[in-house]
Amino acid sequence: MQRTTMDLWVGLFVAAGIGALLVLALKVGNMGTYSAAQSYTLMGSFENIGGLKPRAPVKSAGVVVGRVLDIQFNPETFDAVVTMSIDTRYQFPKDTFASILTSGLLGEQYIGLAAGGDEVMLKSGDKIMKTNSAMVLEEMIGRFLFNKASENKDGNN
Amino acid sequence: MPRRIVLGIQGVGHRVIESVWRLGRASRFFMLMLMKSGTSMRRFRLIIREIYFTGVLSLIIIVVSGLFVGMVLGLQGYETLQKYGSESAVGTLVALSLVRELGPVVAALLFASRAGSAITAEIGLMKATEQLAAMEMMAVDPIARVVAPRFWAGVISMPFLAAMFSSVGVFGGYLVTVVLIGVDEGSFWSQMQSAVDFRYDIVNGIIKTCVFGVAVTAIAVFEGYDAPPTAEGVSGATTRTVVTSSLAILGLDFVLTAFMFRGMS
Repeated sequence: MQRTTMDLWVGLFVAAGIGALLVLALKVGNMGTYSAAQSYTLMGSFENIGGLKPRAPVKSAGVVVGRVLDIQFNPETFDAVVTMSIDTRYQFPKDTFASILTSGLLGEQYIGLAAGGDEVMLKSGDKIMKTNSAMVLEEMIGRFLFNKASENKDGNN
Repeated sequence: MPRRIVLGIQGVGHRVIESVWRLGRASRFFMLMLMKSGTSMRRFRLIIREIYFTGVLSLIIIVVSGLFVGMVLGLQGYETLQKYGSESAVGTLVALSLVRELGPVVAALLFASRAGSAITAEIGLMKATEQLAAMEMMAVDPIARVVAPRFWAGVISMPFLAAMFSSVGVFGGYLVTVVLIGVDEGSFWSQMQSAVDFRYDIVNGIIKTCVFGVAVTAIAVFEGYDAPPTAEGVSGATTRTVVTSSLAILGLDFVLTAFMFRGMS
């Protein structure tokens, strides 16, 4: 009798432990959001990726459609090659535009896909031809100051 | 040369040599226990009994501490984050600190003082009352019958306890920040889910707890088995278990963290 109650408690303990692990995986972690759904890969080369990181989201119209898998530097063209995995439920036309955007002022960076009008869809392993680099704040400020300075010069003359 | 200085240096040397002896004994004991674990694995009922004593009975303290740790994290995180207007990130803060660090470490510290000390005292007292010697007389191997089941029970229980600690802690943080203070519920969970990665954060946390479980219970059973067979010896061994395993947990945590969370670009 004593033995069976003990077994019951140990069984409950192990079940509660596994339940806690599941809660951590599904409710706290992001297992639920990118599960074992089928995906295909796309590539894109960017002049400057800013602060883009692997596992950053790929969004289209604000909806997460995939994740950044890998980022590599191409030593021949001197640009960054980003590999993304996209959910197979979402197909994009050949002339899709990929740009690196920032969510909010200080938020994380993600890739935004703007669908084009082509009839042919991108296949797994294809390269997105039209890309737009990340905006680097320092460069923008530098350009702004430079423009301002040249404007002033013109005004004085 | 004053005699006192000579004696002092001798004392230091004695202690160093003594601790090297102990380390060697501990390693040999650990290997012996692993080799004899097969016998106790075949009698799994012994391990279930020990899981009841080390795991199930530690549950209350783990759950209650987890709840309070999560609540405090929620309060303090909210206090700081609301200065920057980003109080919805409090879920991320609570979950990441619990899953990566506080869950494994605090649960292991509690486990060391709740279950580790009990294991040491039990084995030490068995040795002091010559129960272990009596077993050997009856051709029952005390390491396979007494020590190995306690070790494996601790190793099995530890990840479950830490997982419960973390998830109850997240719930505590939810209670304080969402229910009491009124942070938006949707952004609490969604920010948490986008920041906590399963493989990177949760699996690494589980690996940590497994390592801590092995360290704590190995120290506990060795201290008990190695205790001088006197009342004073057993009490000293129990104290040493708590001190050594706490230090081991904190030291190992630094090493593991340095390995796991460094190369994230």
